[in-house]
Amino acid sequence: MFYDTVKGGDFRSREANVYRMAECSLPLIDQAVAQGVPFAREYSGYLSNRSFGGVQVSRTFYARGQTGQQLLQGAYQSLIRQSVDGNVTLYTRHEMMDLILLDGKAKGIVARNLDTGDIEIKEADAVVLATGGYGKIYYLSTLAMNCNASAIWRAHKRGAYFAAPSWTQFHPTSLPQLGDYQSKLTLMSESLRNDGRIWVPKKQGDQRPPHQIPEEERDYYLERKYPSFGNLAPRDISSRAAKEQIDNGHGVGPMQNAVYLDFADAIRRESKSAIAKKYGNLFDMYKKITGMDAYEQPMLISPAAHFSMGGLWVDYELMSNVKGLFVLGEANFADHGANRLGANSLLQACVDGYFISPHTIMNFLAGEVPEMSIPDEVKSSYLKQNKSRLDKLQSIQGNTTAEGFHRKLGIILYGKCGLIREKETLVEARSEILTLQQAFYQDLTVPPGQNLNFELEKAARVEDYMELALLIVEDALQREESCGAHFRKEHQTPDGEAKRDDENFQYVSVWESLGENQHKLHKEALNFEYIKLSERSYK
Amino acid sequence: MKLILQIWRQAGKTAKGGFEKHELKELDPNMSVPEMLDFLNEKLIKAGKDPVAFESDCREGICGQCGFVINGHIHSPEKSATTCQTHLRSFKDGEELFLEPFRAAAFPIKKDLCIDRTALDRIIGQGGFIGVNTGQAPEANSILIAHDTAEAAFDAAACIGCGACVAVCKNASAALFTGAKISHLALLPQGKLEAKKRVQKMVAQMDKEGFGSCTLTGACEKVCPQGISIAHIVTMNREYWKS
Repeated sequence: MFYDTVKGGDFRSREANVYRMAECSLPLIDQAVAQGVPFAREYSGYLSNRSFGGVQVSRTFYARGQTGQQLLQGAYQSLIRQSVDGNVTLYTRHEMMDLILLDGKAKGIVARNLDTGDIEIKEADAVVLATGGYGKIYYLSTLAMNCNASAIWRAHKRGAYFAAPSWTQFHPTSLPQLGDYQSKLTLMSESLRNDGRIWVPKKQGDQRPPHQIPEEERDYYLERKYPSFGNLAPRDISSRAAKEQIDNGHGVGPMQNAVYLDFADAIRRESKSAIAKKYGNLFDMYKKITGMDAYEQPMLISPAAHFSMGGLWVDYELMSNVKGLFVLGEANFADHGANRLGANSLLQACVDGYFISPHTIMNFLAGEVPEMSIPDEVKSSYLKQNKSRLDKLQSIQGNTTAEGFHRKLGIILYGKCGLIREKETLVEARSEILTLQQAFYQDLTVPPGQNLNFELEKAARVEDYMELALLIVEDALQREESCGAHFRKEHQTPDGEAKRDDENFQYVSVWESLGENQHKLHKEALNFEYIKLSERSYK
Repeated sequence: MKLILQIWRQAGKTAKGGFEKHELKELDPNMSVPEMLDFLNEKLIKAGKDPVAFESDCREGICGQCGFVINGHIHSPEKSATTCQTHLRSFKDGEELFLEPFRAAAFPIKKDLCIDRTALDRIIGQGGFIGVNTGQAPEANSILIAHDTAEAAFDAAACIGCGACVAVCKNASAALFTGAKISHLALLPQGKLEAKKRVQKMVAQMDKEGFGSCTLTGACEKVCPQGISIAHIVTMNREYWKS
């Protein structure tokens, strides 16, 4: 697992962190089972496993197609227990707006109560951000509507370094976009690739229904290009291969923006009821969304923004360069390199939270004197700055909603800084985003009122996205190599695979904010003590 | 396609509410209901009006945030679907839709279609967990769990906490929600030790929050987007009498 993860990340993760995560993976399953997470069991009563992308052995524990949901429930129940016991005070429906620094140390946050609109200060001896990823910056993504980058972005603007911002994973088994009104793309679990076969028609623009396309006129392109991993090639490779097929005119579905994921062989081999037992809830979900029956015809799938490998830079203790600021899970950068393997997101989030941070935060606190020490004038200055930021957004009174700007930003990013990047279009993207950012401050409209106001929340998040998007493009431009999910058209092998440049880019790009869309680059060299770097091949 | 919407508008918990009419044209039958409201809100904001407050997060039926009443149907006229999994193709062109929040005394209305479901968190707080601290867990395979038991526990654990069962119930009972959690944990060997205390405290909290009694009508099972069976209520009652 250690090696799979380092290789899966195209040798751009920190070796020691990955090793630690792999070591903690079994205790995590023990922990979740003890909490009552109903993992799948064999008839013998032992835990069951299945395979995932980028892996050739079955070693992923699962709870039907809902492993994440069930791990979340386990964590939620344990957290509620601690809150009833008085060990934790929960402030739900609060959004972090700013990080408070005192003598360079993180000493609290400014948060907005989303129900009442009150802006509050919470003092602390250490601040832990576990605020998730920012794939939603692409507008259409598999993420929930309220996922955002604001907490980490605000911390970044106060001094925390941002690492590898442009490394975003596109998930190969999302449902395709069906129209312009669409607000999100639904993810179908990667587990489907265990039994589904991915194909497109060999003929460009072939619009025949799938069952009328004979076997010899189908291109099972993953099986053809990567015979040893086939349909279980890692996500970055599968997504890019799908995009190539779609771009070359082999796309299927109403907008010709999808590929087929076909279960006909699996159903013939194992029976419909066996497949229903494994994936029934996913097939039901597919039918609800698309109105189509995947037992009868192949699913339509398409790549969609899914996971941010990048995030705030942290050291081995998960502390950022700002003393006292810890960053966990998808919000940090360390473990996945340039591409994350299936199930490792849940693993990393849980391991960071359950096993690592409880120890490392204690290490930090041991050297601190606990005190509430933020002077009143500092508090009022923070409150004033954050209040006036929201006032400013509401005072523009233009004619485009935050959602409208977000949609435009997403189109720029998907087109020019998505699955495939190149210098020329990245430079275009930069100037387009700058123009859009200017338009944002001239033409935004936000309804009045500062209490429960979803539009105001969105506007503040989109404001942050504009700035982050510029850094994403900057980062993609700076890295003159291809690695994992970061595929620069200029840097590919003769057969179209990502071509790394270990001599010049065996480091993580770490960005320091200088304000006003300006950044300074730092480099963290990646040294591999146990793993020998090789060309990442799944053939 | 075209739809006529009658949407419940209410400024706050104690404010007087009422229906507000909107006619929407140029709708796409593949839009989901929240996407239709996004479309409406965009128009309202540009016209300087107050957008409709509604919640939705994952938009794929798993987070339990969305959910309102559409023409008297909890969540959706479709079977086993949340509001966000309901698409306009479920309705007739030109149809009039009444959208209202889930109504129950224990779910106060925050604004328009947004409700406060924290009562459900407080029920979980009274025992809807296994009391294990981090770092104490034994090797997971040291306690074997029969395949069928794990599957049955999963069926109960699939609850997304949306509150549809409460909204449809004539007594606004939370028996299906509470029963599912009690059943999930009571089925597993890890959860059996605390089963007695759990069922007593959770049932007591359910009553305290103002949820009504269960008369086993079965409406909850029909509207549950996860298809959770009322057999779990029977399990809860059995656990209760056992304790």
